[in-house]
Amino acid sequence: MILLTMFLEFFKVGLFAIGGGLATIPFLQELANKYNWYTTQELVDMIAISESTPGPIGINMATYVGFKAAGVPGAVIAVTGIVMPSVIVIVLIAHYYTKFNEKPLVQHAFYGLRPAVVGLIGAAGFEVAKISLFTINKFLETHSVLNLINMKSVILFAVLLFLTNKYKKHPIVYLVFAAIIGIVFKF
Amino acid sequence: MQELWELFIIFCRIGGFTFGGGYAMLPIIQREIVEKRKWATDQEILDYYAIGQSTPGIIAVNTATFIGYKRKGIIGAIVATAGMVFPSLVIITLIAAYFTQFQDYQIVKHAFAGIRVAVVVLILNAVIKMWKNSVKDWTGIVIFCAAFALTAFTGISSIIIIIISAVAGIFINIRRVEAK
Repeated sequence: MILLTMFLEFFKVGLFAIGGGLATIPFLQELANKYNWYTTQELVDMIAISESTPGPIGINMATYVGFKAAGVPGAVIAVTGIVMPSVIVIVLIAHYYTKFNEKPLVQHAFYGLRPAVVGLIGAAGFEVAKISLFTINKFLETHSVLNLINMKSVILFAVLLFLTNKYKKHPIVYLVFAAIIGIVFKF
Repeated sequence: MQELWELFIIFCRIGGFTFGGGYAMLPIIQREIVEKRKWATDQEILDYYAIGQSTPGIIAVNTATFIGYKRKGIIGAIVATAGMVFPSLVIITLIAAYFTQFQDYQIVKHAFAGIRVAVVVLILNAVIKMWKNSVKDWTGIVIFCAAFALTAFTGISSIIIIIISAVAGIFINIRRVEAK
């Protein structure tokens, strides 16, 4: 039963996540809230792992999520679900070989879609920031503003933001760097 | 049969050796498909890519499906897609199986607490880059803010936001184009 639900949910992700791998994140976050398949924290770990391993990020995420929730069959079902809409839509387009993306209606739709997708991914990033940079529970317990942010994390955040924009290295470099800092300074 | 096998293997290689997905795959697809096998022209690959970006799903998978279909019809599309996702399935399943055993170690917890900060930075950088390409005027800013706020502060489904923004884009842009 979980496999059927999982297939349908990932089919929906594949159908509505437009604009590549990161666009799947807001949808996967919704699933984290809706089912007990994985937590938001696990999702963030998943993003890191997906960025550091080969293959399309969306597929890596589906595999990881599927496996976590229901083992190898879960991984296969989640991936099948997420690619199924692509296969159907692309086969239809390829069959009629229309210059789909040059159609005025499609361009009009994308005028609204593009900023919305950026907003969705931004909101997903905000959720990730909430669990990695802020310690909201501690703040609610103590009511001290000093406990609102995790100082060590915020400093690392600023350093990484500077480094990533100065040196355009592969993400894996920064992930490894952050892991080492995390271990050395006991995050 | 021979060519189906070849399709599977080629996309296995593309899926297994590119980190980062999306645009990182374009050069490898060009080398394998255009230069080595002449299955498509550069222009066609760029067209497939553009279509892949503006259709649902993962761009790399969409491109694989497109090339597979052009070579061998529906079976070709399925085989190329299967090849593309196969390395991810194997590698990630192994990591997931392994990682679960290690995640309770204190040192792994510290490492991932650091890594999560890096993920925020990576997403923020991606959003900034996408913002530059996607948000061109005030309407774009309003749509961005609405999508952000509705997702971050209410329980509205992302699916609804995607549908509404597409419909809004159609109405607003038709008017905008007509007004010119």
